[in-house]
Amino acid sequence: MTQPSPHAPQSQPTRLPLRPLARILDARSKGENPDAIELENRRIRHEEMRDRLRLRAEGRLLVLAVMFFCAYAVIGARMGMLAASEPMEPRAQTTGASIIAARADIVDRHGRLLATNMSTHALYAHPHKMIEPEITAERLAEIFPDLDAEKLKQRFLNPKRKFVWIKRKLSPEQMQQVHDLGEPGLLFGPREMRLYPNGALAAHVLGGSSFGEEGVHSAEVIGTAGIEKFFDAELRDPAREGVPLTLSLDLTVQAASEQVLDAGMKLLNAKGAASVLMDVHTGEVISIVSLPDFDPNNRPRPPTEGNPSDSPLFNRAVQGVYELGSTFKIFAAAQAMQLKLVNKDTVIDTSPPMRVNGHPIGEFQKKNYGPLSVEKIIVKSSNRGTGKLALQIGGARQQDFLESLGFFAPPPLEIVEAKGGQPLLPKRWADISTVTISYGHGISTTPLHLAAGYAAIANGGRTVQPTLVKQAGPQYRDVVLSERVAQASMDMLRLVVSHEDGTASFANVPGYHVAGKTGTADKPRERGGGYYKDKVIATFASVFPAHDPKYVLVVALDEPVETSGSKPRRTAGWTAVPVAAEMIQRVAPLLGLRPHYDTGHLGGGRLAGGPLLRSTNASD
Amino acid sequence: MRSLFFVLSVLAVIGSGYWANREIALTQDELDRVKVLQQDIAIARERLSILKAEWAYLNRPDRLRDLADLNFDKLGLLPMQPSHFAQADQIAYPRPPELDLSQPIEVSSAGANRP
Repeated sequence: MTQPSPHAPQSQPTRLPLRPLARILDARSKGENPDAIELENRRIRHEEMRDRLRLRAEGRLLVLAVMFFCAYAVIGARMGMLAASEPMEPRAQTTGASIIAARADIVDRHGRLLATNMSTHALYAHPHKMIEPEITAERLAEIFPDLDAEKLKQRFLNPKRKFVWIKRKLSPEQMQQVHDLGEPGLLFGPREMRLYPNGALAAHVLGGSSFGEEGVHSAEVIGTAGIEKFFDAELRDPAREGVPLTLSLDLTVQAASEQVLDAGMKLLNAKGAASVLMDVHTGEVISIVSLPDFDPNNRPRPPTEGNPSDSPLFNRAVQGVYELGSTFKIFAAAQAMQLKLVNKDTVIDTSPPMRVNGHPIGEFQKKNYGPLSVEKIIVKSSNRGTGKLALQIGGARQQDFLESLGFFAPPPLEIVEAKGGQPLLPKRWADISTVTISYGHGISTTPLHLAAGYAAIANGGRTVQPTLVKQAGPQYRDVVLSERVAQASMDMLRLVVSHEDGTASFANVPGYHVAGKTGTADKPRERGGGYYKDKVIATFASVFPAHDPKYVLVVALDEPVETSGSKPRRTAGWTAVPVAAEMIQRVAPLLGLRPHYDTGHLGGGRLAGGPLLRSTNASD
Repeated sequence: MRSLFFVLSVLAVIGSGYWANREIALTQDELDRVKVLQQDIAIARERLSILKAEWAYLNRPDRLRDLADLNFDKLGLLPMQPSHFAQADQIAYPRPPELDLSQPIEVSSAGANRP
């Protein structure tokens, strides 16, 4: 390298010799010590070196001082800026979809809206900021007819009050009117409001909602009843990101059912009515109606007095436990066949007298059917016949069977009211209980229980759990009946409708092969002491189409009277059955079921694509 | 040589500093744009939910039933009945186009004699 060696003299100033020969010789001649010259020269040289080094050090110190100054100036400026500016999250990245905080919608099985949110505004006041509190109070009372001007004035003029809620929900027009007052003490807060666009439709399922914690800037919407309360946490979960809750209900079918049931209820002077339409394979409830109903947008308060079952809030299909009468007979017959105690042609003597635990067992209108086959017992609805079947089965096995069908527990439906549907069972299951329960007395269950029980018979003997949430496919649980017994039971139920002696001949809807069983039960007196003579619960539990069961429909009417004849008729065959038939006629096409007109064995082949009818006609 | 190396490295530092600063500025711009877009999405979503609610409200079964009753003269809409189902063979074929013979037709035998 061409680097100069550190010993090179170039950077050094001219080095003076320490002992210049001339001066030494001169000093020697004068007799002085020549070492003094060397010492002095050495001193001069050292002083020069010291000055040079000090200069360099001073320069370095200056640079260092400038650097420190700059560093501290930067740090100080940064601290000052941080202290003076607004705090902010660092924005190094952005989130994908923003979290949707609104309560999730509820939709029907085809995605049609049943419940959604609307943004609206709440109105509150700061009385101390008001300019003309009295005039404002009067104007507000004009805008909102339900507000009292005097009370508002008192609240506005109370000096202790700094904050007054005036209205929780405003319509856009009302908001504009309040805006036009120009009062600075009136303020708006944004609100999310729950809206049920279909009004009273499926009111008992949806329930209702109200505000929970309320602040000025927002309020939480909480479900107060029905599925809104049952799924409250799920609907409010922000991680759901607004994915709607899909119910099993069908909006169109629900609307048609409500219309038909309402017309039937009014025509038959009933004070209430309920219907359940359920898919027999999945347990999905397609429509569930309880009348009278209410508007969930404006949910009435629960009654403080009187019988809660008279309130429109009462869900007769899920909370109402009734003795459902002869509709239960098919369970005794099916179980007796399942246990191979009888087959459908076994003849049983149903002649009187029959006494169990000292109680006489009678027939409807004190008839005497004589010896009947099991099939005829169901068709003619013989109490003594089913009672004898139940005695053969025995109480323990009967209890096990009914429990497996879900008759002992509240219905497992996803609404909070379902807990209120606890069936009423006899305290002691004596022989008399076994007999009366076989024909549906002494056990009180909801129409939904009955629908689930009939679904198990209709789908080939497998229990299903009623549900309000859309299911992907069949949801069978336990097998309680063999395929053959279930088929035989269905044939009996079909005969009840198609046979000329059957109690439900009005249910013969052309093309839909309805099978079912009627039930007429006297209403028990509220304070005990027997039954009313002129108040009944009329029930019709039906399955359609009978050759390939898809749906079970239960219609129950509370205190119906049919007055077209010479004397009032109250049996289910004259009340619940025509209503159910009308409902099937309306609803089955909406469910996409094609009618199949049974033309007998010879003409059966003409039905293009029609299923092979197995046994749907009494004359087969 | 040494000084060239120093100059180049200083230039590289300045260049990369400039590049990093530009990237930061671009990112900030994009973040601002995303923020605006997300606000737009939120507004659009709210609008959509209101429109959906209004659509559902206008299509509520009660109203449709009343409208069908009101316009029965024009539309003749009835609730769906089992009789509304039909087989495919019940649908009539379109009629073949008929030959129009009401006008005189000129018939010529010119050239008929040629082989």
